[in-house]
Amino acid sequence: MFRSPRPTRSDDQRSLMKKSASFPVSEFLVESIVKILGFSTIGFVVLIFFFLLREGLPTFTEVEWSNLVGVRWYPTFDLFGLTPLLLGSLLVTVVAIVIALPLGVASAVFVREVAPPWVRDLLKPLIEVLAGIPSVVLGFFGLTTLAPLVRVYLGAPTGLTAFTGALLLGYMALPTIISVAEDALDAVPKSYRDASLAMGATRWQTIWMVVVPAARAGIVTAVMLGMGRAIGETMAVMMVTGNAARLPLEWDAVLRPVRTMTATIAAEMGEVAQGSTHYHVLFGAGIVLFVLTFLINLAVASALFQKRGGRGLR
Amino acid sequence: MVNLALAWAESYMAQQPNVRISVTGGGSGTGIAALINGTVSIANASRAIKPEELGEAEANGIEPFEITVAQDAIAVVVNPNNPVDQLTLQQISAIYTGQITNWQEVGGEDRPIVLLSRESNSGTYVFFLEEVIRQGDKNSNLLFSPDTLLLPSSEGISAEIRQNPNAIGYDGLGYVTPDQKALAIAVSSTSAFVKPAIATVVDGSYPISRPLYMYTPGQPSGTEKAYLDWIMSAGQQQVKELGFVPLAQANPE
Repeated sequence: MFRSPRPTRSDDQRSLMKKSASFPVSEFLVESIVKILGFSTIGFVVLIFFFLLREGLPTFTEVEWSNLVGVRWYPTFDLFGLTPLLLGSLLVTVVAIVIALPLGVASAVFVREVAPPWVRDLLKPLIEVLAGIPSVVLGFFGLTTLAPLVRVYLGAPTGLTAFTGALLLGYMALPTIISVAEDALDAVPKSYRDASLAMGATRWQTIWMVVVPAARAGIVTAVMLGMGRAIGETMAVMMVTGNAARLPLEWDAVLRPVRTMTATIAAEMGEVAQGSTHYHVLFGAGIVLFVLTFLINLAVASALFQKRGGRGLR
Repeated sequence: MVNLALAWAESYMAQQPNVRISVTGGGSGTGIAALINGTVSIANASRAIKPEELGEAEANGIEPFEITVAQDAIAVVVNPNNPVDQLTLQQISAIYTGQITNWQEVGGEDRPIVLLSRESNSGTYVFFLEEVIRQGDKNSNLLFSPDTLLLPSSEGISAEIRQNPNAIGYDGLGYVTPDQKALAIAVSSTSAFVKPAIATVVDGSYPISRPLYMYTPGQPSGTEKAYLDWIMSAGQQQVKELGFVPLAQANPE
């Protein structure tokens, strides 16, 4: 990989700022407002995090560990085994990514590398519209249309399965994956393509052996972001996965119902008595979810830094 | 029952703007405890007051007055194409605890059984667990099978029942739509199977039903009496709308 000798964008901006500081008061005002707004975002995140900790941490003292890591989730009877919920969330998310990854990358390649410009101009806004469909609408579609198909054609006892949820989640993760992966493909220097074509590679070989590998880090980021979207999704999942808190460990677990952490929190939070053990456990599940998404974001960040270190900013 | 109490209070207050009714949830025990402590005018309960609670109330100088305000009945439903028409409570319990997993074992086709339930915060969930799965046995610790699908709404249950011949579900009698088949239920294999209907609930022959009560400290009078009279007459409309069974005399059907 090439290292760019150019200064980074933030260096440029800093020197620009110094030059334009001819109206110190208004400059100071604008700068302060921007600063306050910027820090308030961080402030909100920190406050939410502390709220989550305050409400969730009592879980780990009120409920025994053996209960929390248990396999039975019956909150009405003080059985708070989070294992089925955690595995349920992971199963649905992983299957969703397995579905969305090839589709998303292939679509990105098509939009960026293959499609003629007018098709690209048509497809890009359409993909963005895809991201705007409310999840409850998708959930209803899944419940009434997808679930019967899954039951009839895949032989599952019921259509409300992890697979149905994964299909919807995969679909919901697609716009994220396509746009980010497309940006990554776009960032591959034209010289790579030129060099490959000049050496006699076909267009197909150029795409799959030069361009896509060069955009690897960006594609990983795309998948991670899509995964973050999928694991936190609630409404559609609650509507189509059946919400049975069972251990999804059989070989055909994908074609059985599961209960995810998000669906559990959404379904039970409304009726739970504030300050009760059950209430704390639901926030505890929120902490587990938070840690999971945090780890995913961390992975994204490190992938991003790798990309920047490797190729420099465009 | 809190939903019913809220619906009553809201529509009564809409008609009588000078009456203020505030409803608090928390379960039958909470309501009766508040009645004993004299902090409420009316306590709602989905079970009858216990003898020891009656004793505590009398010790506090309160004479609880009981009124049956509605009936709650649970229908067990299957897909209309399912040949099974009737089950005993024992069979339903075995199905919902996961001992029976194929319709063949209860006289149906060779199909897996898919269990549907309301979410665990629903009053129907607890009623079904106590009265059907545990068959009223206080010492029983039977639970729903972990394979039970917990659906967030009545609509979720009816959608799945409608399209899946494997499914069995339950819900308040008033929520059962014509495209679901309500099973006839018998207490044991020797007793008669009874279809759920307003008539069989009211005469007590349908086994999965319970009366819903309101308790007042002493004979109701004044505003309370007017409110209770309204509940027994016009208020029965809300009973129907929320999926409960109205009282016989208020229901011309």
